[in-house]
Amino acid sequence: MLQFLVRRLIVAILVAATVMTLAFILTRLSGDLAISIAGPNATQADVETVRKAYGLDRPLTVQFFDWVGRAATGDLGESYFFKTKVSKLIGERMPITVTLGLTGLVIALLVSLPLGILAAVRENTALDRVVQMVALLGQAMPSFWLGLILMITFGLQLGWLPISGTGSWQHYVMPGIVLAFSAIPALTRLTRAGMIQAMGSDYIRTARAKGLSRASILLKHALRNAAIPVVAIAAVQLGFMLGGSIVIEQVFALHGVGFLAWESIGKNDFPVVQAVVLVLAVIYVALTMVADLMNAVLDPRLRGP
Amino acid sequence: MSVVSVTAGPKRGWKSISTWIGAMIVGIAMICAIFAPLLVPHDPFAQDLSKRLLPPFWMEGTNPDYILGTDQLGRDYLSRLIWGCRISVLIGVTVTVVSALIGITIGVLGGFLGGRVDDAVLFAITTRLSIPVVLVALAVVGLLGSSMTLLVLTLGLLLWDRFAVVARSTTMQVRNLDFVAAAWCAGCSRFRILSGEVLPNIASHLVVVATLEIALAILLEAALSFLGLGVPPPLPSWGLMIAEAKDYMFFSPWVIVIPGVALFVLVLGINLLGDGLRDMFGARTDP
Repeated sequence: MLQFLVRRLIVAILVAATVMTLAFILTRLSGDLAISIAGPNATQADVETVRKAYGLDRPLTVQFFDWVGRAATGDLGESYFFKTKVSKLIGERMPITVTLGLTGLVIALLVSLPLGILAAVRENTALDRVVQMVALLGQAMPSFWLGLILMITFGLQLGWLPISGTGSWQHYVMPGIVLAFSAIPALTRLTRAGMIQAMGSDYIRTARAKGLSRASILLKHALRNAAIPVVAIAAVQLGFMLGGSIVIEQVFALHGVGFLAWESIGKNDFPVVQAVVLVLAVIYVALTMVADLMNAVLDPRLRGP
Repeated sequence: MSVVSVTAGPKRGWKSISTWIGAMIVGIAMICAIFAPLLVPHDPFAQDLSKRLLPPFWMEGTNPDYILGTDQLGRDYLSRLIWGCRISVLIGVTVTVVSALIGITIGVLGGFLGGRVDDAVLFAITTRLSIPVVLVALAVVGLLGSSMTLLVLTLGLLLWDRFAVVARSTTMQVRNLDFVAAAWCAGCSRFRILSGEVLPNIASHLVVVATLEIALAILLEAALSFLGLGVPPPLPSWGLMIAEAKDYMFFSPWVIVIPGVALFVLVLGINLLGDGLRDMFGARTDP
C-alpha cells in the first residue's frame, strides 16, 4: 500500500512539473511580452522600463527557474493588472469555483444514480432506452447555450432564479445544472453498467436465495459494488468540471477562477494565466489520486504487486 | 477481436433506427458543408441595416425571402447557418485528423513496444488529462490572435488523449494474437507488422473514437467562438452567432435558439452514428 502511494505521488509531482514547464512556454508564445504589457501607445523607452520592471530582460532559462523555484514554495508571482499576489487572487476566487463545481457534481449524482439504477433494473426495456437517450442528449448539449436558454426561461420569463452574479444559493442553481450536464452522461452509463454487472453476480443470487427484499438487494448489495467506480470517476469528473467551468462562469458572470483566467487572457496578465493553469492541473492530479486511492482501498486487486 | 454478441435486447447497428437518424443528420450536414456556396439563398456576409432582426417563418412579421429571419446586422440567418455548418464540419474533421495522427502514433507505439516507451506514453496521457483544455485553448488563441489554422492546431494538440488510450489498449490485445506471431516468424519488419497487421485490426475502434472526437471538437470550437477567442468574425461560426445574438436574446429568443439547436442536432447526429458504428464493430471506447 505504501509503495503504491509513493509511486502515485512521484507521478503526480512529475506531472505537475511538466505542466509547469508547459504553462511557462504557453505564456511566452506571444513573443515580446513587454510590448503587449506596455500597451499600444507605449514608446520604446516605456517598453524598456516594463521589461526591466518585470524582469523580462533576463534570459528565458533564468525566468523559468525563477518561476519554478517560487511556485514550489507557493509564491505564484504578482499580477500585472491587479498589482497583487496571484496566490491571493486565486484564493479569493476559488470558493466560487469550488462551490459551483460541487453543486454541479451533487446535481449530477442526484440525476445519474437513480437513472442508472433504473436503466439497469429494467435493462433492454423502453425505459432503459429512454435513459440512454437522455445520456446522449446530455452529451450533445452545448453548455453555454443551455445556460442562455435557462436564463431566458427561468430567469426572465418565469422569474424564479437570478440571472447572473453571486450572493445567494439561488445564484448557483442554474450554473450548477448546466455544469452537471457535462458529467451526467458518463456517470449514468457507468452506474448502469456497474449495476448490470453486479446484478448478474453470484452474491446477488445468494441474496435472492436468502429471500431478501428487492429493495434491500438493489440498494444494499448491488449498489454498494456498482458505486465504487462511480465515486472514483465522480472525483475525476469534478476535476474536469473545475477546469471547464470557465465557460459557465462567463455566461452567468460568476467571478470565480475561470472568470479570472478569462479576464487575464484578455489583459495579457500572464502570471495569472500560467498560475491558474498550474493550480487547476494540480487539483485535477490530486483528485485522480484520491480516486485511485479510493479504488485501491475498496478493491485490493488494484494495488498491484 | 472482441466481438460483443447481442442476442437479446434492442436492435443494434444498421438495424437500429437511431443509427439511421444519426447518419441522415450527418449526411445533411456534409451536404451543407460541401455545397454551402451553392446552397445559401443570400450572401451570408452581406449586411442590410434596413432589415435587422427580421423574425423567422413561424412568427408574425416575417419576410418570405428570409425564412429563418436576419441577425442584428441584417444578414440572412439561414445563409449564415449553412455557412456555419461548413465551419463546424471543417473544424471538427481537421482537428480530429491532427489529434488522430498524434494519438494513434503514440498509442500504438506504447502498446506495441511496451516497457519504458509505454511508461512514457502513459505519463504523456496523464499529463495531457490534467491540462484544462478550454483554458489553454483560450490562452493560446488569446495570446497569438484568432485564426482558423491556429484554432485547429491548438485543439488538435489537446484532444489526442482518447485516441492514444484506445489505440494503446487495443494494440496490446492485438500484439499477442497468433497472426502477429506468424508475421514475426515470417520475418516481417516492425513497420510491416504495425502497418499491415496491427493498424487494420484496431481501425474499427479508432473510427468510433473519431466520431466522438469530431463531436467534441465541434462543441469546443463553438464554446471558444462564443467566448470570442475562436473563429474570427465575420465568419458565421454557430458559437459566434450565439455570442453576437446574446444581447438580443431577451427580446427575440429565436436568435440564439436557431444556431443552438443546429449545434445540438449536429453533435447528437454524430454521436448517434458513432454509437451505431460502435455496436456494429463491437468496439470499446471507454478509457
